[in-house]
Amino acid sequence: MSVLSLLTILLDGLAFGMALFVISVGLTITLGLMRVVNLAHGAFAMIGGYAGSVALANGAGFALAILIAALAAGGAGLAAERLLFRPLYSRGDLPQALMTFGLTFVVIATLTILFGTAIRIMPLPPSLAGLVDIGFRAYPAYRLFLIAAGALLALLLWLVIDRTMFGARLRAAVDNPRMCRAIGIDVDAIFATTFAAGCALAGIGAVLGAQLMPLEPYYALRYLVLFLIVVGIGGTGDFRGSLVASLVLGLIDTVGKYFLPGASSYIFFAAVIGLLLWRPRGLVPGPSQ
Amino acid sequence: MSAPAIEVRGLTKSFGALHVAQLIDLSLARGARAALIGPNGAGKTTFVNLLTGVLVADAGAISLDGARVDRLSPAARVRRGLVRTHQINTLLRETSARENVALAIAERDGCAWRMLAYRRVWAACLEEADARLADLGFGASADDAAGSLPYGLQRLLEIAIAISLKPRVLLLDEPAAGVPSGEAHAIHTAIDRLPKETAVLMIEHDMDMVFRFAQEIVVLVQGRVLMRGAPAEIAANAEVRTVYLGRSRP
Amino acid sequence: MIARAGNWAMRAAPWLAAIAVNWIAPDYMSLAASVLTMGLFALSLDLALGHAGIVTLGHGAFYGVGAYAAGIFAIHVWADPLAGLAAATLVAGLVGAVTGALILDTSGLTLMMLTLAIASMIAEFANSARDLTGGDDGLTGIRPSPVLGLFRFDLWGHTAYLYTLAVVFVWTMIAWRILGSPFGHSLDGVRQNAARMRAIGAPVRMRLIAAYALSAAMAGTAGALGAQATKTVSLASLGVLTSGTVLMVAVLGGMRRRWGAYLGALVYVVGQNFAAEIDPFRWMLVIGLMMIAVVMFFENGLAGLVDLLDRRARPSTGGGK
Repeated sequence: MSVLSLLTILLDGLAFGMALFVISVGLTITLGLMRVVNLAHGAFAMIGGYAGSVALANGAGFALAILIAALAAGGAGLAAERLLFRPLYSRGDLPQALMTFGLTFVVIATLTILFGTAIRIMPLPPSLAGLVDIGFRAYPAYRLFLIAAGALLALLLWLVIDRTMFGARLRAAVDNPRMCRAIGIDVDAIFATTFAAGCALAGIGAVLGAQLMPLEPYYALRYLVLFLIVVGIGGTGDFRGSLVASLVLGLIDTVGKYFLPGASSYIFFAAVIGLLLWRPRGLVPGPSQ
Repeated sequence: MSAPAIEVRGLTKSFGALHVAQLIDLSLARGARAALIGPNGAGKTTFVNLLTGVLVADAGAISLDGARVDRLSPAARVRRGLVRTHQINTLLRETSARENVALAIAERDGCAWRMLAYRRVWAACLEEADARLADLGFGASADDAAGSLPYGLQRLLEIAIAISLKPRVLLLDEPAAGVPSGEAHAIHTAIDRLPKETAVLMIEHDMDMVFRFAQEIVVLVQGRVLMRGAPAEIAANAEVRTVYLGRSRP
Repeated sequence: MIARAGNWAMRAAPWLAAIAVNWIAPDYMSLAASVLTMGLFALSLDLALGHAGIVTLGHGAFYGVGAYAAGIFAIHVWADPLAGLAAATLVAGLVGAVTGALILDTSGLTLMMLTLAIASMIAEFANSARDLTGGDDGLTGIRPSPVLGLFRFDLWGHTAYLYTLAVVFVWTMIAWRILGSPFGHSLDGVRQNAARMRAIGAPVRMRLIAAYALSAAMAGTAGALGAQATKTVSLASLGVLTSGTVLMVAVLGGMRRRWGAYLGALVYVVGQNFAAEIDPFRWMLVIGLMMIAVVMFFENGLAGLVDLLDRRARPSTGGGK
């Protein structure tokens, strides 16, 4: 094993980890920050992904498709927050889990009735489809793009959540909604905006990660476990936990696949269970309740 | 002479540089009626949590009737007879008052593992619960869900549950706090009629309540026992008056 | 006295109706058996989730473990169906006890993740142990011998149905008894407030493990019944969808309600059978919408709805329990 091929494995792991981060970071917001058990995260991602693929099929560029995915998923999230999530905020984990599970079924069924059961084709633009010389070898441009996109998203989130008034208000609204209402913060609007933003990120993630996690009817259920695991291991504290968790899981999975292909999924789930038992509240735990 | 009902030696706990309990000693004989007082932040709650096992002490020993319990889990300490009531309500809100008590009886008798003999065993638990509640003057409210009872009755139910566990040592954490004065009478009566053989430690802010109840008072300040003695001694002590009583009593 | 007799009649009537189905609907024996099996599975979840409050997203694992255990036992050890059932129940219960001991001192979101992760790991194990499980081709070749050596599994499914009904009846009686016992009441206590139960000396973690193992054993029996009835086991029986389905059935029927699990199973399995033939995705849409409606508007599920109609019909008969 040369140092260079080890480096390639690490890079692959990093790319997969960033794909995981990009697609689950929205869940870090809805489930992590807002503490809504949102099993429909994959369903919102699917809405965005399908919208993006329709846009691409109709000649839109990749950037426009991402924007459309964000708008579709965000819009769906906004509507769902109003109608379905708001009445459940105070009713605990189980009703939220059940409702969002039902919602996932509804979205899967509706999208499949509208678009059929085939995998959605999501062609990459030529600039991302090729290989790039990174000094010691040629490496897929798409994977480098994923790494960059993930890093950019993390930076943006950090700026918005930690460095703006909105982030401060959001954290206050989650911790003590009654107090915030009393001092004139529009809690409902903050929750609606934030939830929609989490869903929009899901849509963006679905388009960006579509090469690794293809969009098909059971997408919302197939990858749900993965999304939840990222947030569960990352902890509900903030997105930094998810970033670390995504990268760790991406590396474990890629390294496991490379060295022990037969046992890689055991290694993955054993690592997940081990991490959860070691840090039951995640790598970056949220405030205790 | 038999061992004290509860004996605490050198109980110590710190969170980093914050010493919340420093070498606390305490000993209560069977049937003792003592009160633990101290200003806010004196470490009363920490002390209770250390006794019950919610917090683990850094050093020190806790014995019940001469047997060490400080390595046991909170639930195991309860089974050994160290019982507390809670300041805030922790009742099973959807469950009826009588079933709240019956559950405690089932745990006490160790029959809560019985799965298949339901009629006889559970009926026996309910019967004892009914007797206990009738004793405390619950009347028809015994069938109501605990969460729907008036606040005073909820606090009374808390005491009923604690008594049903037949404790050797009972920690009463502000038993009448927040109870409207009209409903407080029943709680005072219940406290006066606590089983004679049980050692009771009341954690209380209300000095009228303390002086009415306690034969012995322990003053806790900044995680240490400042002094202990009969109510008259405590009331007369200048130091106690300045750190504590001075603020609530002229 | 009259109220008591009426009570007994109320409890016995559904069982008598279930026996009558054997003659009333001879063309739907396998469907009727599926309803019972699903009902038992949902009842097992109701014990763990509805009563003990263990929020699990991985209950399908125990159904699948029971199904595989029964299948493998029948093929490699002994084809006797009751022995297979016992083996499956035991294995599933054991898996429940071991995984429960591992995860039940966590709660909330972490617990959900852990149940999911453990179910995923068990499914992965079944997938890769091809020699034993047949991998993603599924396990085939299960041929149960006659029940008690007397009753052959006939082509029309009468034996299978009555056998299923008998097993389900026994488990349901045990479950109801347990729920009325001090143990059962203590589980309801743990669900409402674990701290309070610790404060009265209850060993909360041990009790949750016991409830979880019991529930897993019951789910294992359901899985074994499913395997013996269809004579195959597929990987899907362990999957997320199985866990999700049983959650829906339990909630749809109404948790902590005497007949909730079976009501939910009746509606779900029968609806699935007829609607899915036409278009599985339209059925999925209906199920999803029903699920949302139940959570948002009918917390007590179908059983609660039945109560409501009953109360409307007889407005002034309060008091009788």
